Amino acid sequence: MSSTSNTSTHHTSTIGSIGTPSRRNTELALLVFAVLIPVFAYANVGLAINDSVPPGLLSYGLGLGLLAAVGHVVVRKFAPYADPLLLPLATLLNGIGLVAIWRLDQSKRLQAVSTFVEAAPRQLLYSALGVGLFVVVLVFLKDHRVLQRYTYISMVGALILLLLPLVPGLGLNVFGARIWISIAGFTIQPGEFAKIVLAIFFAGYLMVKRDALALASRRFMGIYLPRGRDLGPIIVVWIISILILVFETDLGTSLLFFGMFVIMLYVATERTSWIVFGMLMSAAGAVGVASFESHVQQRVQAWLDPMHEYELSQQGVIGHTEQSMQALWAFGSGGTLGTGLGQGNSDLIGFAANSDFILATFGEELGLAGVMAILLMYGLIVERGVRTALAARDPFGKLLAIGLSGAFALQVFVVAGGVMGLIPLTGMTMPFLAYGGSSVIANWALIGILIRISDTARRPAPAPAPNPDAEMTQVVRP
Amino acid sequence: MSELTLTVMRLGFLAVLWLFVIVAVQVIRSDLFGTRVTQRGSRREAQRPQQAAARQSAPPPQRQQAAPSGGGRQRRGAPTKLVVSEGILTGTTVALQGQTITLGRAHDSTIVLDDDYASSRHARIYPDRDGQWIVEDLGSTNGTYLDRTRLTTPTPVPLGAPIRIGKTVIELRK
Repeated sequence: MSSTSNTSTHHTSTIGSIGTPSRRNTELALLVFAVLIPVFAYANVGLAINDSVPPGLLSYGLGLGLLAAVGHVVVRKFAPYADPLLLPLATLLNGIGLVAIWRLDQSKRLQAVSTFVEAAPRQLLYSALGVGLFVVVLVFLKDHRVLQRYTYISMVGALILLLLPLVPGLGLNVFGARIWISIAGFTIQPGEFAKIVLAIFFAGYLMVKRDALALASRRFMGIYLPRGRDLGPIIVVWIISILILVFETDLGTSLLFFGMFVIMLYVATERTSWIVFGMLMSAAGAVGVASFESHVQQRVQAWLDPMHEYELSQQGVIGHTEQSMQALWAFGSGGTLGTGLGQGNSDLIGFAANSDFILATFGEELGLAGVMAILLMYGLIVERGVRTALAARDPFGKLLAIGLSGAFALQVFVVAGGVMGLIPLTGMTMPFLAYGGSSVIANWALIGILIRISDTARRPAPAPAPNPDAEMTQVVRP
Repeated sequence: MSELTLTVMRLGFLAVLWLFVIVAVQVIRSDLFGTRVTQRGSRREAQRPQQAAARQSAPPPQRQQAAPSGGGRQRRGAPTKLVVSEGILTGTTVALQGQTITLGRAHDSTIVLDDDYASSRHARIYPDRDGQWIVEDLGSTNGTYLDRTRLTTPTPVPLGAPIRIGKTVIELRK
């Protein structure tokens, strides 16, 4: 039957394609908001601790504002159709993270520790580097599909990054976990970057192999069993993550990589059986390693009975820490609305209060309400990532967006769960909030890639090519 | 700093934090993907019957309220709509508002003719500077007929004169 005639386009209702204006102004408004909130928090901390507006207010506010402005201008120029929420959310989290780090810098208890350094200025520098990398990603990565070419190079790169901490002389063993390397006085956590590189490899690999993984399977007891040879890659990734766990004793990174792979495998193949397999394998791996690795055993003990751990550390037993218990107390004393910024005692956590345990500071000073808001912001970032994956028009972009946002979500879960005592504590950092250069820089790059994919996905589709007549016009014969 | 100020700031900060979350969710809400319909005209455009079945029913139904001529631009007695009076699209009307109407089998025509005897870009109807409507054959295979004569040059269309394209007949009406 005939297609309907479009009445004129001039005076009638027009039906746009996917109705996405560029939304850059929305982003700008949200960014202004996202810069003002940390400035407010900063003033609040200063008033609470020193009874005066902190002297650095202007410079911190301007610094954060400048970073946000640079990010916004670059997005406006190079990714005009990008998602309007990712940049403001990342800026806000980074900003309130800076405030919390500065607030812990003011603590007399932490200043008394011999290794004390002012962390906030460094974190601002790391944030600037992070935004710099964000800009580099947006300027030089014109199309995320270019990354597809580097599928196997990414695999090698990721493996090298993961193995670097094991290299003698380069790797550092910090409190039982070998996840840092030291180059020219800087300590870097290569795992944070490996996360992104590995996501590129998984996306490229699964895009090619997903049909074989999805279709060549037998049905057994309601779930699809993959063929033996298709199990290969998942087993390899599993072994690698177990090796990380054994040699670097880093439960979080291992869980992150394996979880990311399972998520991407599930999204690529739509087979629930992979999730079942993945859960079983990671559980088996974790239990197996925990049976002989003392560092992991200790973490599990501290998780199961933090009070006992606390007592041991108070008695001065080497190798035990009061951190988990102090963090739980911090959350507890925060209550629903918190004690107010700058008025808590989360500095009692001591070492790593501003990195791994920074969520406890928010838990105490902003209470349940504040932590919920922060977790919701993380949730929104993940949601925008998943939405980008849904909207992406190419399978590689879809898988990459899902992998990156899945890794981001897993990292938030692993850290927040560890600090709150839901799962054993692992040495990872809260994205954007926590003190740590590698984490901030890598996560800005991650947001940059997501913005690039969302720009491609939301760009109005080019008009369909004019369709030459399917049938020839018939000639009237007199 | 007084206790009261700090309490106000504490609650104020939580409120601002949540406000940001709520605003962000609002942005998502207004950002949901989908088609967007924008009304451009000042008055409602005549809606043609969408169902093909309805269109096939034989009598030419006057489904459309005559669109009143807009503004003082149009002269008295000027046609306000174009009506398909014969053929598969019988009953279809298009309001004439100064725009060029193209006819043919091509998908981007104003009136897409599903007619084997029509060319993809068959003819167009447009107003000249005086507001007089002109029909022009665009080099079609089977020609465009005004009344009984095959068009060779752009020709003014009188009210009610049948323009025949393949099996389709259209005319301008007030």
